[in-house]
Amino acid sequence: MKRLTPYLLALPSWMWLAVFLVVPMAAMASVSLQTGNAIDGFAMTFSFSNYADALGRYSTQLVRSLWYGGLATVAMLVIGYPVAYWIAFKGGSRKSVYLFLLLLPFFVSFVLRTISWGFLLADDGVVFGTLKGWGLLPADFHVLATTVAVVGGLTYNFLPFMILPIYVALERVDPRVVEAAYDLYASRTAAFRRVVLPLSLPGVFAGVLMTFVPATADPVNAQVLGGTGNTMIGNIIQTEYLTNLNYPTASALSFTLMAVLLIGIFIYARALGTENVLEAAAR
Amino acid sequence: MSHLHDPAFLRGMTQPRTRREAFRIAGLSAAGLALAACGVQGQKAAPPKADAVKDYWSQQTKHGRVVFANWPEYMPEDQAPLKKFQSETGISYQYKEVIQENAEFFGKADPVLRAGQSLGYDIVVMTNGVQLQHMIQLGYCVALDHSKLPNFAANAGEAYKNRAYDPGSTYTIPYTSGVTGIAYNTKYVKDDITSIEALFDPKYKGRVGMMGDAQEIANFGMIALGVNPEKSTEADWKKAGEKLKAQRDAGIVRKYYDQSYIDAVSKGDIWVSMAWSGDVFQRQLAGEPVKFVVPEEGGTIWTDNMLIPKGAANPVDALMLMDFLYQPAVAAELDEFIQYVTPVPGVQDILKEKAAKATGEDKKALEQMVASPLMFPSEADYAKLHTYTTLSTQQEQVFNPIFQSITQA
Repeated sequence: MKRLTPYLLALPSWMWLAVFLVVPMAAMASVSLQTGNAIDGFAMTFSFSNYADALGRYSTQLVRSLWYGGLATVAMLVIGYPVAYWIAFKGGSRKSVYLFLLLLPFFVSFVLRTISWGFLLADDGVVFGTLKGWGLLPADFHVLATTVAVVGGLTYNFLPFMILPIYVALERVDPRVVEAAYDLYASRTAAFRRVVLPLSLPGVFAGVLMTFVPATADPVNAQVLGGTGNTMIGNIIQTEYLTNLNYPTASALSFTLMAVLLIGIFIYARALGTENVLEAAAR
Repeated sequence: MSHLHDPAFLRGMTQPRTRREAFRIAGLSAAGLALAACGVQGQKAAPPKADAVKDYWSQQTKHGRVVFANWPEYMPEDQAPLKKFQSETGISYQYKEVIQENAEFFGKADPVLRAGQSLGYDIVVMTNGVQLQHMIQLGYCVALDHSKLPNFAANAGEAYKNRAYDPGSTYTIPYTSGVTGIAYNTKYVKDDITSIEALFDPKYKGRVGMMGDAQEIANFGMIALGVNPEKSTEADWKKAGEKLKAQRDAGIVRKYYDQSYIDAVSKGDIWVSMAWSGDVFQRQLAGEPVKFVVPEEGGTIWTDNMLIPKGAANPVDALMLMDFLYQPAVAAELDEFIQYVTPVPGVQDILKEKAAKATGEDKKALEQMVASPLMFPSEADYAKLHTYTTLSTQQEQVFNPIFQSITQA
């Protein structure tokens, strides 16, 4: 009995995974190989060409999504790491206040936040209207409906998911370890590079995972902030599912996206050495 | 050291499953696969039998509540017509502005209705087009009991009783009609726009808004080529596709919009846009510098229809509300705000009388409404307005990719 206890305790989560992950995935895998239409129904024909067709038609959008997701992740890392570092080491007694301020905008719905960016960045809106009024920008300058707007929106929307894990990792760095580094004649740079940074890598790893995956798959930013050439794979999947009721193509695209992301994560984990990262986290 | 902090344990968690475990997981997936392998059932519905309709309605009772799902900007902000309904009938209402696009709404509703569950709405408003056609074909609409729709019978215009896409108003009755034309921001566009060519004019490079909906944009592509969308063929779609692609590749289009185009054109992000008539009039009343025209080459007229989705909890209350909106006084109040084409012709006289009594600004606004060909089109106006192509499922599979490859490049 005692040996079974951990498994029994894990049972609810396994059930959860089975019902809400495995079954839908299996259903989707099945649908991705079917042919037919929404009115007459779909039937299983093991049509693997669904994948080839979908990729053939939408490879541009898939590659673009990975590119945008990657750009946004890098931007989040560049912005997020210093913020996390500052809160963890310089935040003092007001750490929780800063964390709260960081999360405050996220009490508002994701879509609404993105739409308000649309208002903020309007061609003659609060920001650019004013700057244009002062003659600092040419009259036809605009950010909305460009790649910059979409990547910027992605960066903004997922930023806390980058900052928080890094913050947690940095927060756990024992200040005495850093002190010891200085005692051993490490410069500030060397102490950061050889002590703090490696210790924070688990946070960076988690942060990148938690931002790259949703940013790549996100349809909202491209739809609200993007223009004619900014369609991402999430928008395509949405259209295929909701507008065209082409469930097989939509499922095939979802699986392809998932496969591409999983392979990417695997390579990334290998490159960064997950074992070291996880061991550092467990310490 | 606790188990959880044991690196060896963690390593075990991250190591590959053993082969036996892998098979077990695969087995579970296979069970899921078996569940789904039988395919997604089609639901093609036969026309309703008169007895079945009668039986259905004889079993329904009034519940004293109704949930109305509609499009944004389709009801006065004070919801006066609905409040009046509540005070006259004692039926409390919930009004939800949840429909932004037919395709998106249908896409969300389809799995729910397919599974035989209720949407949670008693009245839904959908435009005539592919999705409404699907709703009817798939048997997602409750056949209406016309004995409970006396106001509709008495007050609806003839054209609104006989609609090709729902003969005999079996499943739907119109909420309102409107015109798709061109809106422009008069702050930036100083010329009077009259032609559809304005949407293709390099002068407005990067300042043109087109609609993301495949049918809407297809219609305008075809009208620009002088093709009547109702009688169009596959060859016409391809030609329209080429024209629209050239327009996009020349950088003329800024973005393919949903309902959000109206904010963009009134803020000045875009200067010229495909637009729905009533939206623009509402913004005009709010003092924004926007103007609406039907291009001289023609525009399209569409009808938004009320229907009761299958599984609705309060069909009797829903039917009462639908009929209530056909009282001329109520229809007039509604139309005065939304400024689309009302299915109740009597509204024009009511607004005329109201204008005669009003003074100042109100009088001017009301007189403009009464005279507006876009609220009360004449026969000649109707002749310039095309309706949508009716597409078969097979045709859709050709039609959609042509235009989506433009809007979602």
